[in-house]
Amino acid sequence: MIALQQVLVLGAILFCISVAGIFINRKNVLILLMCIELMLLSVNLNFIAFSHFLGNIHGQVFVFFILTVAAAESAIGLAILVVLFRNRGTINVTELDSMKG
Amino acid sequence: MIEQTLFYIAAAVLVFAASAVITVRNPVVAALTLVLCFFCNAAIWLLLEAEFLAIVLVLVYVGAVMVLFLFVVMMLDINIAELRKGFSGFLPIGVTVALIMVISMVLVLASGYFAGPEYVPLKHAAEYSNTRELGLLLYSEYLYPFEIAGAILLVAIVAAIALTHRRAKNNKSPAPGTQVAVKREDRIRLVKMKTEQQS
Repeated sequence: MIALQQVLVLGAILFCISVAGIFINRKNVLILLMCIELMLLSVNLNFIAFSHFLGNIHGQVFVFFILTVAAAESAIGLAILVVLFRNRGTINVTELDSMKG
Repeated sequence: MIEQTLFYIAAAVLVFAASAVITVRNPVVAALTLVLCFFCNAAIWLLLEAEFLAIVLVLVYVGAVMVLFLFVVMMLDINIAELRKGFSGFLPIGVTVALIMVISMVLVLASGYFAGPEYVPLKHAAEYSNTRELGLLLYSEYLYPFEIAGAILLVAIVAAIALTHRRAKNNKSPAPGTQVAVKREDRIRLVKMKTEQQS
């Protein structure tokens, strides 16, 4: 028997690992995109855990939509990345400062 | 008991693979360990009786999204050493923030609030189908969001292709813009001339 707390703690650990990943891979856009995927995965884990333990299947419908939007997001993100590399020859975030933001 | 063991194995591999994703040098290895993450997560979702979504995670994420990631990683000729500069500089602050977050979250989650009797899963009958229940909900109550999700995927396809598509250099097809902008005067010349005698 798995307890709800175990799954929630696992989701929290996964989320924090991906936050740390965003901190320490600040230059590489590819790894940043992967960290975002990991974050969405941990959120989905929480949704499914609550859906299972509360006996409410609406949480799984939410996960379905999150998966859809995440797939679209990563496709567009990678397309932007490819165009960026083609135009600038680098994917280093610190060099992409032409807008002076 | 067997569920507990499986859960702990999957969780351990999941945490290990997630740490590998954010620390390895090579982006290809990072993408492959992310695939391992998705597999372990799918195993945990199976233990939580979300069979349909577990299979969707493997099919859509491992089969499509991660293959896309690997394509892009291998297509780009990136200088890894340049991107790794400053890695160790950000390591302490990243680990500190993550540790503070994880400690506070675990303190909240382990406080017993989520251990009440209302969080006991229902026992389903043998013929219960997760896919059937999800489908019934998706095509009735969530029909409009479902259609919007389809539209979002269409937008994503169009955007990705429009962003990355390059025309061939020796393309001889006419430009539609100039064709639409053509005026009548550009193409037709009316010539005034005298009527000629019938011989």
